[in-house]
Amino acid sequence: MIYAHLLRLRQAAAEREPVTYAVRLADGASFVLPDQAAPPAINQAGADALEADRIGVVEIDGESWFIEARNPAPRLVVVGAVHIAQALAPLAVTAGFDVTVIDPRTGFAAPERFPGVRIDTAWPDEALAALQPDARTAIVTLTHDPKLDDPALISALRSDAFYVGALGSSRTHAKRLDRLRALGFDDAAFSRIAAPVGLDIGARTAPEIAISVIAEIVGARRGKRRERGA
Amino acid sequence: MNTDDRALPVRGAEDILGIAADWCAAGETVAIATVIQSWGSSPRPAGSRMALTKTGKMEGSVSGGCIEGAVADAALEVMDTGTAQVLTYGVTDESAWAVGLACGGQVSVLVEKLT
Repeated sequence: MIYAHLLRLRQAAAEREPVTYAVRLADGASFVLPDQAAPPAINQAGADALEADRIGVVEIDGESWFIEARNPAPRLVVVGAVHIAQALAPLAVTAGFDVTVIDPRTGFAAPERFPGVRIDTAWPDEALAALQPDARTAIVTLTHDPKLDDPALISALRSDAFYVGALGSSRTHAKRLDRLRALGFDDAAFSRIAAPVGLDIGARTAPEIAISVIAEIVGARRGKRRERGA
Repeated sequence: MNTDDRALPVRGAEDILGIAADWCAAGETVAIATVIQSWGSSPRPAGSRMALTKTGKMEGSVSGGCIEGAVADAALEVMDTGTAQVLTYGVTDESAWAVGLACGGQVSVLVEKLT
């Protein structure tokens, strides 16, 4: 691998730019695609791989190429810079998520409580509007405070986020759904909310709850959505 | 948006290219091994990486630990010659048993020198 290519791949990852790494297996010739200097068939293979989010060996004009789609990392947006968030953020980073913690309460959203994690102290609806959650984004609300959780959930349900989770007991969640129903959300929208949040592993402590939440998010990302009762 | 830009991204466990970049910046000779194809019960999907240095540092993986030793040997050769290699290990290949790919899977690994 050429050092300039390595730097280009890292820069693309940091800027959430989709690129493809292509290597001709016969001689190790390589490109970071799209690249005007690359043959059109190679650029096309790169675009196809990104579309399918695929990594593998492709035959192009009789030659074998390793074509590696490098789509932007999945994102996790955590609303509430609370104790569980402190446990969840590093787990999510380790699992390859690009993590943002949102909390306008600057006492909670102190950088020293979240080393290395992006913090946003805007109100959750404003912060989410800026982040533009897409189909590669998971959102979890942890504040317990409807003033903060509700605007976040409203934004989340209006987005394409692949996972929306909300901390809170069944009773808390029922009250939450009543408030959201009054705003026009229906059962189809509610079926997207993972609540009580996380896989049922009997979690009690903050780290245990964080593990159950990241496990559920990974499952949703990999197409293993848990069946939930009514 | 009040974003704290002082915060730098924490490195994920899969950020092997980041580790390779750090090693290279520190003056190490570095090779990067990448799973380019896997079949059957091979534990690591295509795109999985391992970075190695001539001084014997190693991060990441290309299998469940079965072929890393053999890949490290090849990487030393690649770091000497500068020529990339494709290594294939599988259950039908006697060398797979020799290096211990007991999972019954098959895996192809591209080994490149970082230049």
